[in-house]
Amino acid sequence: MMDFCLLDILTALLLTVGCFLGISGGVGLYRLPDFFTRQHATGVTDSVCSFAILFALMLQAGFTLVSVKLCFVLVFLIVTSTTATHALAKTALKKGIRPLLGREDKR
Amino acid sequence: MSWVGHYNYWVAIFLMMSGFYVVISRGNLIKKLIGLNVFSTSVFLLYISMGKVNGGTAPIYCEHIHPGQLFSNPVPHVLILTAIVVGVATTAVGLALTVRINERYGTIEEDEIRAKDDSL
Amino acid sequence: MEAAVDIVLLSFLCVTVIVIVYIRKLFCAIMLLGIFSLLSASLFITMDAVDVAFTEAAVGTGISSILLLSALSLTHTRERRPSHQPYLALLVVAVTGAVLVYGTMDLPPFGDPDSAIHRHMAVRFIVDSPQEVGPPNVVTSVLASYRGYDTLGEATVIFTAGIALVGLLGFSRRKEFKVRLGGVLPDTTPVAVQVLDASNAPSTDHLVLRIVGKMFIPLIMLFALYVQFHGDYGPGGGFQAGVIFASAIMLYAMIFNVEKAMLVVTPTALRLLAVLGLMLYGGVGVLCMFLGGNFLDYNVLAHEPLHGQHLGIFLIELGVGITVFAIMVTMFYALGNRKGGSA
Repeated sequence: MMDFCLLDILTALLLTVGCFLGISGGVGLYRLPDFFTRQHATGVTDSVCSFAILFALMLQAGFTLVSVKLCFVLVFLIVTSTTATHALAKTALKKGIRPLLGREDKR
Repeated sequence: MSWVGHYNYWVAIFLMMSGFYVVISRGNLIKKLIGLNVFSTSVFLLYISMGKVNGGTAPIYCEHIHPGQLFSNPVPHVLILTAIVVGVATTAVGLALTVRINERYGTIEEDEIRAKDDSL
Repeated sequence: MEAAVDIVLLSFLCVTVIVIVYIRKLFCAIMLLGIFSLLSASLFITMDAVDVAFTEAAVGTGISSILLLSALSLTHTRERRPSHQPYLALLVVAVTGAVLVYGTMDLPPFGDPDSAIHRHMAVRFIVDSPQEVGPPNVVTSVLASYRGYDTLGEATVIFTAGIALVGLLGFSRRKEFKVRLGGVLPDTTPVAVQVLDASNAPSTDHLVLRIVGKMFIPLIMLFALYVQFHGDYGPGGGFQAGVIFASAIMLYAMIFNVEKAMLVVTPTALRLLAVLGLMLYGGVGVLCMFLGGNFLDYNVLAHEPLHGQHLGIFLIELGVGITVFAIMVTMFYALGNRKGGSA
């Protein structure tokens, strides 16, 4: 049947962790009460979830050109999504949104 | 599993009709443009799903291709590539018109524009 | 297993569209449109249309969202409650939808390799393209060589749209720039739209954005060049490359100033580049006529037909890339530099 080597188990583990973190980011975006706490949730998704999933794919691809491209994608994604989170949070603070003072948008 | 395939087409038609509904029933000009975008993208979906071949792969010859490999049909891909870019050009011109209308009438709601036009 | 991915993605699309119909905050509607485009790009990948997915992600998610947001910042951000009853619209939509569904009953099953559309032209293109035209990417060979006329028309449409935008909006300087230095935008504008105004801040502010921007803008341009010239061997080509290159300039304009970006890439240069790209395309066609072949018949461009095809495809993809880049940046300048903010 399936040839379970260490690489496959590691890939499965990393994919599970990545999916869990992605779902937790989505749940946090919905349930958390404040703009800045929601940035926490999505920041985790942007950095660690993308790292886990892309690293799992790199393990499956081995030492080929595909892995190098995935590595570039990973570096780019981590740097730019965290910078975007930083930019949003900083602008929110500057324009007067204070933490823990009710909801940012009126649902 | 042919009902899965027809599910594809029916969802594309549902999306098309939702975009169409936004265009004809909402008065806000930017909302209409958003609806138009939704309409075009769902037409692309319908077209590309007609080009898919079971067991096929992307129409690119590389070293993994064995003789007898099925490819998905490249002709819808080419047509939709053109359509996507033309769609964004149309959206841009529509947005420019909306901005000018806003500067002239002060609003982008269709009813208010018509009322201001009638009263001129 | 593919059916499961298909069904989940399509359901997400349906939910997104239902929310787009009913939500009245236009900023949220534009963001949901971006999500819709990205989900469509994922669906295109599951249906093996990699070039189309690339273009949809770059153009639909990237450029459309930016243009819509720029226009939104110049107009009002909330939609008024609809005053008419929607029953007539719903009736029209339901009847049209029913007729279309009735029409799809005759369509061949999804993915059938023997259906009629896979018989004639597609077989010729796939089988004969490596010997007649050359590039491994069959979509590029069809786009640039077999259906080169359509692509010339498409480049002309983009060019015309750029001209229309310049004619409608022009490149007026924002006279309010000095007045708004250090000013505060009204509180009703959404947070991310205010990020677009980061340029009004003193130069030590937004340090992280500036440094990361300076690191990545050259890499984005390099990637755009890679996509341009690698379009023969993988997904890519002129359109995607032009859009990605334009997005590098837009990133620069958003982090620093639109005025500063207009000093880096001047409107005059953009006008020249747009015309140059289109004339390169048409010029290649006319050159083929002078060398004895038909219009856009690349076989006569070199000693061997395959070399001629390779050269012809290279030149016209370059022309398309240059035109798309120039027009996208022109559109961004025209919308982003408009003095406005009547919200």
